[in-house]
Amino acid sequence: MKTKSDKILLAHGGGGQLSDELIRHHIVPRFKNDALSELADSAKLKLSSESVCFTTDSYVVKPLFFNGGDIGKLSVCGTINDLAVAGSKPVALALGLIIEEGFEFELLDTILTSISKAARENKVAIVTGDIKTVEAGAADKIFINTAGIGERISGVDLGFEKIAVGDKIIINGTIGDHGMTIISQREGIKFQSKLKSDCAGVGGLSYQLLTKTKDVKFMRDPTRGGLAATLNEISRGSGLSIEIRQADIPINPTVQTAADMLGFDVLNIANEGKFVAVVSPESADKCLNICRGHQLGKKASIIGEVVERSDIPAVEIETLIGGKRIVQMPYGRELPRIC
Amino acid sequence: MLERIYKAQSLMNAAYETLERQINIMEVCGTHTVSIFRNGIRSTLPKGIKLLSGPGCPVCVTDQGYIDTVLTLAERDDCLIATYGDMIRVPGNMGSLETKQSSDNVTVVLSSEDALQLAKDNPDKTIVFVAVGFETTSPATAVAVKEAATEGIDNFCILSGHKLVVPAMRALLSGKNDKIDAFLCPGHVSVIIGFGAFSEIVEGFGRPCVVAGFEPLQIIEGLGEICRQLAKGVAELKSIYTAVVTEQGNTTAQKIIDECFDVADGYWRGLGKIEKSTLKLKDKYSHFDALKRFNITETPGEEKKGCRCGEVLCGLIEPPQCKLFAESCRPESAIGPCMVSSEGACAAWFKYDREKKQN
Repeated sequence: MKTKSDKILLAHGGGGQLSDELIRHHIVPRFKNDALSELADSAKLKLSSESVCFTTDSYVVKPLFFNGGDIGKLSVCGTINDLAVAGSKPVALALGLIIEEGFEFELLDTILTSISKAARENKVAIVTGDIKTVEAGAADKIFINTAGIGERISGVDLGFEKIAVGDKIIINGTIGDHGMTIISQREGIKFQSKLKSDCAGVGGLSYQLLTKTKDVKFMRDPTRGGLAATLNEISRGSGLSIEIRQADIPINPTVQTAADMLGFDVLNIANEGKFVAVVSPESADKCLNICRGHQLGKKASIIGEVVERSDIPAVEIETLIGGKRIVQMPYGRELPRIC
Repeated sequence: MLERIYKAQSLMNAAYETLERQINIMEVCGTHTVSIFRNGIRSTLPKGIKLLSGPGCPVCVTDQGYIDTVLTLAERDDCLIATYGDMIRVPGNMGSLETKQSSDNVTVVLSSEDALQLAKDNPDKTIVFVAVGFETTSPATAVAVKEAATEGIDNFCILSGHKLVVPAMRALLSGKNDKIDAFLCPGHVSVIIGFGAFSEIVEGFGRPCVVAGFEPLQIIEGLGEICRQLAKGVAELKSIYTAVVTEQGNTTAQKIIDECFDVADGYWRGLGKIEKSTLKLKDKYSHFDALKRFNITETPGEEKKGCRCGEVLCGLIEPPQCKLFAESCRPESAIGPCMVSSEGACAAWFKYDREKKQN
């Protein structure tokens, strides 16, 4: 006799029969692989590289479902991207779920399916995991943590210290799509929009870029804090000033309009399927072409360059009208303007 | 686009050569201020053209006394404060709304309608809507008040901090800062009040008033038009934001404001008490007036020690001239409202124009 509830109960995290059912019926069939199927305390992995990249990230996005993705897809892509931009090929993820009592199974299944799809598309395996349940009110529906391992790509060694004056800055597409989608869908901001998150795993594209050329110096994914934060981190980390051109930064017009309406600077808005690559000037065109030949880089652009060594490195932007201004490190959440 | 920029710049050059002195143009609106900084317009201006940021950021011009009143109401268990996001970080004598937000009686809303909905959803609390802003936000407040009256939503009230733009410009020229040569007038407000509303500044004070939109080219061409007039020695009223601004403005919105509000004297940060410059609810809506409901008397508040927001708002100093700027007063630890609001002059300077050494 089935004793299934249509909602998560505290007992689903209790380690007993309900936990076992949850894992065997909802988790394992979706992520089927040898390492997971053993359901051991740890996954045993065989890696082809002696050196690995290892990272973790937690996902608490609200709303859970948004145009272009959901918390499940995000939790896979976000961690894959962290591995990819560090110069590795993502291979395996651990999945931790913290679920609020009362969360609908139907939604959980949708999220798990989305995780499974994103993992399959990005050729990574969910090899181990954990589920905890908490009392109603102790979490907001579901929180996800993923940790990931990537095999370091042979001959690739990225770092701030590699960056030099003259290097070009490439971005693989439009900025601000994810952040503006989330903001627009949040309770309260109800304008109609065609906004869609760029949520995607860039591991495939970055692998091509890193293996077909040898001149990529540094990569980073401009998530929270947007392009502005990432460029400032690169500038500070390398001790070099950066100049970018507004005219060359790809921005979806709907994103720009939404940002203008709410008084946001698109440079500060989060992305979830983008990377910034610092490349040598000689290889910039080749890198750009590789990006543009890939689904996730069709609108790639060289947005600026590294200009000088400085005791006080800064990021400057040349605006559309030829003016110049500083691009600051964003200082936290931006508030919608009031008129 | 470049040709139009060059043309505007040549008008600015000509004005400087004719007048043989610095030309001070005030952009009244905070959205203009942000656009000017974000687009690096200052760096493109010819020698002798100086832009002053004016009293057009609603949060910035809100008197400290009002802020303290809101914070006092936020202490009450029977109240729920509904506020626009910009207001929550403005510090008062008792912290800020942000620090009180954890107590669950402060909610950020995006419209007066949202505040009214809060009232419907929380019948056991009195919702106090922090109604600030110029003629752009006051019609929406009026609509909410009328709706509350029609539907009998008794647990809704507003603390009106609504202000009028033109009286502030008049007050500036009447004493606070007579060095202003001309005004770049606000686009959004003009949609409501119509560009004709600035005629008293043009005729009464002989200062050119040009309404412009917020795109960089509009701003530059607006400055060019102002300089054309100054070089010719004339003061004219002109709108180059023709797509949305008419001479009469939005008469429907004006009518709604008139139905709900009386024009009254009121306090402004930096400008003090200005005659006929604020909006107070009419007697027939006094039930929805937080001042009357909670028996509060309006008193001007004292500015924070060392804070020179008042002088910044009047175009008397630039933010870096304030000793607190970028030192103890920063966006994450703002002392004055001009650093809190995204449209404040100090925040714009901090974000877009600080010298590299201050990074």
